[in-house]
Amino acid sequence: MAKNVKVLVLRTAGTNCDKETVFAFKDSGADVDLVHINKLFECKKKLSDYHILALPGGFSYGDDIAAGRIFANELRVKLGKDLKKFIKDGKLIIGICNGFQILVKAGILPGNLLNKEKEFVQTTTLMTNDSAKFEDRWTHLQTTGNCVWTKDIDGKVVYFPVAHGEGKFMCKTKGILKKIQNNRQVVFRYCTKDGKEPFYPDNPNGSVDDIAGITDVTGRILGLMPHPERHFFFTQHPFWTRFKTKARYGDGAKIFQNGVQYVKENLL
Amino acid sequence: MIWRVEIKDKESVFDAVGQAVACDIQDLGIESIDKVLVEQVFLIDGQITSKEIHKICRELLVDSVVQDYACLQKAVSSPKKKGFNLVEIAYNPGVMDPVEESTLKGIKDLGIVNVSSVRTAKKYLLFGNPTRKELDIIVNRVLSNKLIQHVVDHSSRISKISKETKGQKNVKVVVLDILNLNDKGLLKLSQEGQLFLNLNEMKTIQKHFRKLKRNPTDCEVETIAQTWSEHCHHKTFRGDVEYTCVENGKKKTSVIRNLLKSTIVKATYEINAPWCVSVFHDNSGVIKFDKDSHICFKVETHNHPSALEPFGGANTGIGGVIRDSLGTGLGAKPICNTDIFCFAPPHMSFKDLPEGSLHPKRVMKGVVNGVRDYGNKMGIPTVNGAIIFDERFVGNPLVYCGTIGIMPKDKVKKQAYKGDLIVSLGGRTGRDGIHGATFSSGELTEESETVSSGAVQIGDPIQEKKTLDVLLQARDQNLYTAITDCGAGGFSSAVGEMAEKLGCRVELDKAPTKYDGLTYEEVWISESQERMVISVPKKNIKKLLDLCASESVEATAIGEFTSTKRLEIFYQGAQVCDLDMKFLYDGIPKIIKKAVWHSSKGKDFKRTSPKNLTKNLEKVLSHYNVCSKENVVRRYDHEVQGGSVVKPFVGINCDGPSDASVVQPKFDSKKGIAISNGINVRFGMLDPYWMAASCIDEAIRQIIVVGGRLDNIAILDNFCWGNPDKPDRLGSLVRAAQGCRDIAISYRTPFISGKDSFYNEYAQKGKTISIPGTILISAMGLVDDIQKAVTMDFKEDGNLIYVVGDTFDEMGGSIYLDTLGSLGANPPKVNTKIALKSFKAIEKAIFKKLIRSAHDCSEGGLAVAIAEMAFSGELGATISLKKVPYKDKKKQNDVVLFSESNSRIIVEVESKNQVKFESLLKGVSFGCVGCVKQEKEVTVYGLDEKICIKSNIGALKQAWQKTLRW
Repeated sequence: MAKNVKVLVLRTAGTNCDKETVFAFKDSGADVDLVHINKLFECKKKLSDYHILALPGGFSYGDDIAAGRIFANELRVKLGKDLKKFIKDGKLIIGICNGFQILVKAGILPGNLLNKEKEFVQTTTLMTNDSAKFEDRWTHLQTTGNCVWTKDIDGKVVYFPVAHGEGKFMCKTKGILKKIQNNRQVVFRYCTKDGKEPFYPDNPNGSVDDIAGITDVTGRILGLMPHPERHFFFTQHPFWTRFKTKARYGDGAKIFQNGVQYVKENLL
Repeated sequence: MIWRVEIKDKESVFDAVGQAVACDIQDLGIESIDKVLVEQVFLIDGQITSKEIHKICRELLVDSVVQDYACLQKAVSSPKKKGFNLVEIAYNPGVMDPVEESTLKGIKDLGIVNVSSVRTAKKYLLFGNPTRKELDIIVNRVLSNKLIQHVVDHSSRISKISKETKGQKNVKVVVLDILNLNDKGLLKLSQEGQLFLNLNEMKTIQKHFRKLKRNPTDCEVETIAQTWSEHCHHKTFRGDVEYTCVENGKKKTSVIRNLLKSTIVKATYEINAPWCVSVFHDNSGVIKFDKDSHICFKVETHNHPSALEPFGGANTGIGGVIRDSLGTGLGAKPICNTDIFCFAPPHMSFKDLPEGSLHPKRVMKGVVNGVRDYGNKMGIPTVNGAIIFDERFVGNPLVYCGTIGIMPKDKVKKQAYKGDLIVSLGGRTGRDGIHGATFSSGELTEESETVSSGAVQIGDPIQEKKTLDVLLQARDQNLYTAITDCGAGGFSSAVGEMAEKLGCRVELDKAPTKYDGLTYEEVWISESQERMVISVPKKNIKKLLDLCASESVEATAIGEFTSTKRLEIFYQGAQVCDLDMKFLYDGIPKIIKKAVWHSSKGKDFKRTSPKNLTKNLEKVLSHYNVCSKENVVRRYDHEVQGGSVVKPFVGINCDGPSDASVVQPKFDSKKGIAISNGINVRFGMLDPYWMAASCIDEAIRQIIVVGGRLDNIAILDNFCWGNPDKPDRLGSLVRAAQGCRDIAISYRTPFISGKDSFYNEYAQKGKTISIPGTILISAMGLVDDIQKAVTMDFKEDGNLIYVVGDTFDEMGGSIYLDTLGSLGANPPKVNTKIALKSFKAIEKAIFKKLIRSAHDCSEGGLAVAIAEMAFSGELGATISLKKVPYKDKKKQNDVVLFSESNSRIIVEVESKNQVKFESLLKGVSFGCVGCVKQEKEVTVYGLDEKICIKSNIGALKQAWQKTLRW
């Protein structure tokens, strides 16, 4: 049966990276629906009809109280059951920037480290940058960890832009950090262009262990502050004009292609 | 009952916000504060239990990973502990608390429904031993702005969260007795009512109502005042001018009929470009983009509000211009923003500030923050801008915000019909922003901050984003027939404009308000943000309301369009306004103003060129108007929507200053838009004509160097001037407008939209400071293939460097002379005939992929341009000034290096392409002046062939970056 990979890009008031995220998945071969969260509440759309849930960047509800907080609560309280089933069914989730903040604050990432039966509980956070400023800049990222979204770029340095004011990753306890590290849940670390240990601005926000993105224990849920959808095309690279050989895609395309490929191989 | 929740970071957590506040305090020169901690306070009012409030805290308000909280039933009066002071700042009643609405939603999501209101405050713990006076300064200059905030006094216990409740509920129509007023009385009424109407206009109104044999209502007079305001009607530009030009002792006087039509508009009609779709009459100017879409561009100013409350002023400024895009045709989707600011130098000492004005550094931080907040939250990339400094902007900073939008080509025309419903969509109406339109039509004074405080407000970008999201869907479903934004003048201007040719009947009590107690007049003229007005055929109203409800956007029909050609307004059944549209829109008496322009030869600055100009180059690079603005630009998201092809920063370290930005609005098309601007106040101090000419030239050449097409550039004019009732101010305005006309016609770059902002003067104790007359030219051009775009950073060792275009001894207004403390005499001129040849040649060379890098040569001249290209590419260069095409007698190294002659472009070409490239330059003045070097050093050989500049690119970059690195 020729089934297609179906992606749900979820938006609400203040979401603003939705169109480019939709495009990235479409170009990677998926069928994509851009859906307002109210449609899920009204049951006009069903989460279970999709293979991939994408939470794009933006300022959901103005990032009032704290970035992603209100949207995270909405997901946890109103869609918690559906989400748990979605995850249990082996499906994929990606949260970019505000989406990552939402996943972390809803406790979906890093996931249940301590007690598998428990509700979603927040154990890590993304807080105000050490500079106390919103900053838009390009960052080098060391790819590590065990994640389906980064399958064949593991070990490589990729180049994505960040654009956020609250991206400093912190853990509630040292034990939690250890667990995330030991489980190979850290997927992206900020680094210098040679892949070395970064200082500001190479680490743009002061994240502990230079963490830029993490996954859950299954490797199917990815959250990251940098924007792979903004380096989907070669001409989005900040100095593409310096390169004599031109390509079609940039470093970020691989993430979306990997996600779609995984579904094709495992869920269709 | 009110719960008070106090949230603070855990002790081990670094308080970045507190640290930033501590830095701001140090900037004031106050050293008695060692450390600052910031706590967030929520006041939650409602019938909720202690268990519920703790649930709200734990699950919503507090991030337990890094924060602790305390939940109190009342404020604990500030502990008088030694070593720290406690200050709590809250919003004034009536000022929108941006966090309230979303917090209420969050609480409801938790299943707790009995919370009636939420207010927030910030608690600052200031460690150290400041004096009483220092503390006052900190509170007033860093922590709060008294127009919108106050210090909370905990000695008086709050029993209920105060909301705006003034005003009466029962309507009483207020009639103003003007029939019997004498001249003095009329002027008094204009002044006291903040109408900003002159005597002649007041008399015209009086005459009109005498004919009607009745007195007008307050609402009618306000409506007329709004419609006839400088802000809405552009009286000066549309009026006649008696212009006296004194040149070489000869005096010539002529009358200019309608300044706008005879200059700006004239250029556009004379050029008559087939790709112009809609010019001047809509909320922004529209041109063709491709076979399916059009693009539109508008640049607004928000100067007066930004002077009083920089964050709110800039915030609502960008919010307003985004609505202009949304209100163009049937609605365009905003795809990028531009921001250009003029401030006083940030190092100015407090004692040099005029009373009542804010310090330029604070103004700058506030403005940048305001733009960041709104632009980023709207998800619109800020791709282009400039910041200019001059001391005379001290009382009147300039804040220009622009938006480019894209729309399907069949959505350009709009027309409301009789019987269509008038629907207000988006935010609610409050008492904020009353009298903005009339207020910006007068000068600021030391009292403005108290008198006009109602004109200041804070935006709610998420409200506007929601509005944008549903409106574009409604547009594509053809649910409405016309749209406009509620900007200055509020409903009065938006509804009035849409109904001008039809007439309308409005029931004001239907408009949703933020709180009770607004009078009908306030609802009518309030400039509350985030509102759009659309005309909806009755058959579509249900569909529209359903669509809005599905995304939690409020929409309400407040009346309908008629065919009476009258503006009829009702409130609770009583008629409060009945005006003849013709009188309202055409009744304004024509004015004739006097203008004088004295051409004066400025004093030439006699000097010899130093032998070693390295230090001079560093000084010029460090100049406020040249130096890197990276600190500001990084705060804007310039990449959201994914369309940025040439970013504000380019080069191998992403820190080189690009010329125009290039944006790709559609991922499936290679077509792009190049966006640039030209601004230079120093040229205007010598001759506004050549300032305007230079600005147009600069904006165009920036588009050319990134690969834009020359024959498809649309430009916008933005005039910010002093008081146009003063003949010398108006004279220089006329001169600038004439420069615009002549140069635009010669370059065939039509104006498609524009804006003017006058009365940018600050009166204090009988003295006025006027801003230097400032024109901003914004430009957008088309790029056929974004993959051919060019950036300004040097690419490769051994490549040839060319200067294309002539250099003259035009040092007047140059940055170099400014570093020597002089303005000079002769500003750069523009020879469009010669320039067009160069521009065409460069355009062709880029098309043929012969150019590796190209940079516009402007402030700081050749020296700055080459230095920037070098350090952006992390490569060196060797240059010989003898090879520079130079056309003047004075043979001095500093002139060749630092003169700011127009129409010059520097390009890098691979040596294998030398012949091909030079063959394209037939008939063009150019010189192959040197080559790119691997060694990271810039070496310049002077006219005498001796080295006059030798510097490491690191040192040059450091000089360029250090000035505004804070």
